[in-house]
Amino acid sequence: MKTHYPDQTIVEAVNRHTLAVIVDNEPGVLARISGLFSGRGYNIESLTVSETQHETHVSRITIVTAGTAAVIEQIKAQLERLVPVHRVDDLTVRGEALERELCLVKVVGDGEHRVEALRLASAFGARTLDATLSSFVFELTGASEDIERFVKLMAGVGLVEVARTGIAAMTRGAGTLDG
Amino acid sequence: MSEMMTGAEMVVRALQDQGVEHIFGYPGGAVLPIYDALFHQDTIEHVLVRHEQGAVHAAEGYARSSGKVGVVLVTSGPGATNAVTGLTDALMDSVPLVCITGQVPTHLIGSDAFQECDTVGITRHCTKHNYLVKDIADLPRILHEAFYVAANGRPGPVVIDLPKDIQFKSGLYARPRDNQHKTYRPKVKGDMDKIRQAIELMAAAKKPVFYTGGGIINAGPHASELLRELVRLTGFPVTSTLMGLGAYPASDEQFLGMLGMHGTYEANLAMHGCDLLINIGARFDDRITGRLDAFSPHSRKIHVDIDPSSINKNVKVDLGIIGDCGHVLEDMVRLWRSMSPTVDKDALKSWWGQIGEWRARKCLAFRNSDSVIKPQFAIQRLYEASKRTGRDTFVTTEVGQHQMWAAQYFGFDAPNRWMTSGGLGTMGYGLPAAIGTQLAHRDGLVIDIAGEASILMNIQEMSTAVQYRLPVKIFILNNEYMGMVRQWQELLHGGRYSQSYSESLPDFVKLAEAYGAVGMRCDDPAKLDGAIEEMLAVDRPVIFDCLVDKAENCFPMIPSGKAHNEMLLNDYLGETGTDIGSVIDEKGKMLV
Repeated sequence: MKTHYPDQTIVEAVNRHTLAVIVDNEPGVLARISGLFSGRGYNIESLTVSETQHETHVSRITIVTAGTAAVIEQIKAQLERLVPVHRVDDLTVRGEALERELCLVKVVGDGEHRVEALRLASAFGARTLDATLSSFVFELTGASEDIERFVKLMAGVGLVEVARTGIAAMTRGAGTLDG
Repeated sequence: MSEMMTGAEMVVRALQDQGVEHIFGYPGGAVLPIYDALFHQDTIEHVLVRHEQGAVHAAEGYARSSGKVGVVLVTSGPGATNAVTGLTDALMDSVPLVCITGQVPTHLIGSDAFQECDTVGITRHCTKHNYLVKDIADLPRILHEAFYVAANGRPGPVVIDLPKDIQFKSGLYARPRDNQHKTYRPKVKGDMDKIRQAIELMAAAKKPVFYTGGGIINAGPHASELLRELVRLTGFPVTSTLMGLGAYPASDEQFLGMLGMHGTYEANLAMHGCDLLINIGARFDDRITGRLDAFSPHSRKIHVDIDPSSINKNVKVDLGIIGDCGHVLEDMVRLWRSMSPTVDKDALKSWWGQIGEWRARKCLAFRNSDSVIKPQFAIQRLYEASKRTGRDTFVTTEVGQHQMWAAQYFGFDAPNRWMTSGGLGTMGYGLPAAIGTQLAHRDGLVIDIAGEASILMNIQEMSTAVQYRLPVKIFILNNEYMGMVRQWQELLHGGRYSQSYSESLPDFVKLAEAYGAVGMRCDDPAKLDGAIEEMLAVDRPVIFDCLVDKAENCFPMIPSGKAHNEMLLNDYLGETGTDIGSVIDEKGKMLV
């Protein structure tokens, strides 16, 4: 379609990027960032936030997003334009970053399902946080793909509830982002 | 040296410390303490508007014409929501504003109290930054920081939402030693290596063109001086966006006129045919580029912008330089002088020869009439008359055909003389902006070039003009249509003029008189010069109802979905007899 607006028919590869965004922890900062994504039509696959430096009230937000190379560049530039944003680091560009997610899984059942659930949990290295005669709550920390597989398997043995945190990520090696 | 005072007093003191002389506002319950503090002082003049949208546009006109930060004061709830259009306008056009909004007391926030709205939530998307002040101890810092954020980097509007109990609370006020934000430090100096590369590209160019924008105006008059110097040094042609008019003198031989949808033939064809495009302080807006995949297809592109997100946003460039236009231009001029590169004089000469041929098409020519006033003729005569006064002339506009004709036929030779709503395209901008401009330039000649539909969107500000004895001249090109809407209906919708006829117009002469201003009317081309002279001689606000040709369309025009080299010229219909509606294909009709 020949249009006045950017040509949609140009198909470029969409890549998944993990961004670390260092921000002032002030009221509204999360709304600013999530509003930017919705207002400009970008994707958020996962977003986690917590204050990481209490004395200076600095928070670290980890965002997993997907887009073409040009869109990822725009996302970074638009984030950096926000006044409370100190810096944006593209962990995907910096090389293989460590990414971990925490997940809580509740299974309900009895008999063979119960035994199988416990066996799978132990195979994945999940911790049992709570147990009753008819249920378990497991905690698993790992890469998103591992959690995905674990949850899928649990579906067959009485899964009733899942809670996931989204990704926290960090580069390998001695280099740091904070500051 | 800190002093105890109330939050309301801090607001007034901080404005004084910032050197603010005028603020635009409208009182209400949630800002009464601030209005009381204003009552006790006489260094800041408060201008009472008649609608909060008018306050923001007036502050925009004030800011754009003076280079200062415009200041607005409105109440909570409807006061804040009425300001939203103005704030969005200021964000789109990068105008530095500080807007203080009243808010219900902190303990009532979230309770759906009377005149409560989520001001920081609503304005988050239409401000550069905003604050909700919940602690009196933060107020002095926030007040000064807001001015820093509004004016530094890419300028924009900043909202401070101030609950009424904080206005009453007492706290310590001290003027901060510097009012910088603790971490926000926009980059103003361009990367020297990249500037050197830019100079090398410029030296090697055979068909270069400067494409300049509002960033140069925002960088201050010094940047305009530097642009002139660089253009003279290089001998390159220069074109400007709507927002950048005046940065380079319209009367100069090297100026090709405005580019874009209603730009000149020579400017758009130079953009299409160039081998080097040097964008300084413009943002590749869709009104400029036309069809993106056919935009300036043979050129290497340099982009200078203070906002990193502008670079590669719409158009991929070869060399992006992040920095303030003033700083980068200064480095460019210095480097060009010291490197004194050898340009390809023959190539430049033939490029100018080509441009001369395009110019010879005289794309702004129009068939004049001695029975009806042509709108283009009206602007030309207004421009000539304003020059004859010898006064410093400032023009604001509303939005529509009249705005484009003003941009095409009124020449601007200096920056900060042209105030128009470019990005948002806000009808109703011109009159309040003229009021703000006149306040900043009491001796200037301030003209709002308007349409009969746009002017009615903020006509209530006539009272403001009369109250403060601001002799703004409202020059209405009255064609009894929302002309640009009608033009598009003609082009895209088979001439079905749905709702675009200006039915039941007021008698503008009587309307002016009802407000206590002067009303005039002219419908005869022979009498136009005399009537304009008479208008300019009046030292009071004037509404001039100029009855013009009802059917005139605004040309040249790049229709939707077309490229720069597919422009329509004024004589299009006459030459070919083609129905103008047939030149835009089905896909083009989807666009705006």
